[in-house]
Amino acid sequence: MSKITDSIEEALSHVESGNTVLVGGFGLVGAPLSLIEGLTEKDVKDLTIVSNNLGESGKGLGILLNQNKIKKGIGSYFTSNRDVGDKYQKGEIELELLPQGTLAESMRAGGAGLGGYYTTTGVGTDLAKGKEEREIDGVTYIFEKAIRADVALIRAHKADTLGNLVYYKTARNFNPLMATAAKKVIVEVDEIVQPGELNPEEIVTPFLYVDVIIKAQQILTNEGVVNR
Amino acid sequence: MTSMNKSDMQHVIAKRVAQELEGPCVVNLGIGIPTLVAEYMDAADIYLHTENGLLGVTDVEADQIDPNLVNAGKLPVGEAIGASYFNSSDSFAMIRGGHVDVAILGALQVEQTGVIANWAVPGKNIMGVGGAMDLLVGAKKVFVTMSHTSKDGSSKILKECTYPITSTRSVDMIFTELAVFKVVDHQLKLVELMPGATIEEVREKTEAEFTE
Repeated sequence: MSKITDSIEEALSHVESGNTVLVGGFGLVGAPLSLIEGLTEKDVKDLTIVSNNLGESGKGLGILLNQNKIKKGIGSYFTSNRDVGDKYQKGEIELELLPQGTLAESMRAGGAGLGGYYTTTGVGTDLAKGKEEREIDGVTYIFEKAIRADVALIRAHKADTLGNLVYYKTARNFNPLMATAAKKVIVEVDEIVQPGELNPEEIVTPFLYVDVIIKAQQILTNEGVVNR
Repeated sequence: MTSMNKSDMQHVIAKRVAQELEGPCVVNLGIGIPTLVAEYMDAADIYLHTENGLLGVTDVEADQIDPNLVNAGKLPVGEAIGASYFNSSDSFAMIRGGHVDVAILGALQVEQTGVIANWAVPGKNIMGVGGAMDLLVGAKKVFVTMSHTSKDGSSKILKECTYPITSTRSVDMIFTELAVFKVVDHQLKLVELMPGATIEEVREKTEAEFTE
């Protein structure tokens, strides 16, 4: 069955209320902007969103936040959207703040079938509160649980019709990790090519991780986000 | 010192830190004053790492800006010869795994043991940590750049941090517009007065104990 669709609605048919959803991107760079917009038009609620940021005020995931569709945010830098603080203050959203490397590694571990891992990052700080400590070879580590999700919404540069992916510059960021750590992986890309057209040495995400491919309808340009 | 505006002060600090870098090395620059350090690095074999997934960051001409090529401060950058891209977990594996030689960070407070606070302010919502904790545990050396005092004139170099700490690890050097300190055995040692600064002014504006 073909993984390719041209309907955002169909691509997002896998997302249900209460799901945990991984959303790629470092700010707007490498964020699946068309899929995020599709989610703002879909009737869902109580989502747990795992993403480095929750968009910016009124942009990207920020729209979803203002629609009260997000029950919980897991990320490393919510500071980029001032609305997150307001919602948190009113008790309208739960937040879990993780160091950026821990956020990334937790998804890598989840995608690799691990339950979690020990890290030195955060030891002795407020973010280590309630986490198991363990000494290994004289060094103190804390335990971090792996992250796995129902759905991942990611952005790549090119896909072949099998679902092999290559990325573009710093738009790669969390996307290849998220591709491994969710039951359903939906990717938006600039270009869809035939198998054999991507150099096997350059493929970053092999096709077995990818379920649905759609061409991006919204593109990040120097003038902001524009429709293709 | 009183006549210096904020921008001049930041550049003076950035220029001084840059002198401390010797190639070949890999350096990660934080947001704020650390970003300015790149303007003063002259060795060709100093490579910049940015945690959003690029080793080999350079500056970029205005007509070459690519919206998908940014640094951790989300500012447009360029790609050096020999550059490579990688995902976020590989990027932080480089950091945590001790493969980055120097991290240059900003700080809100430093205490006399060299422990710093740079991610949260008490009484405010804790909204962001980014890569600060990873860089502190992992970089081989950590340099801190900051203004010597807060806006109200109070010392930012304290006996003990009153803000939440970023790591239990002590940084290696601290650079302000007044002085350069080294951290030796969890104690501050004043190693240099910046141009125009006097030892009296540094003593007056530093709450922490330090040796000279």
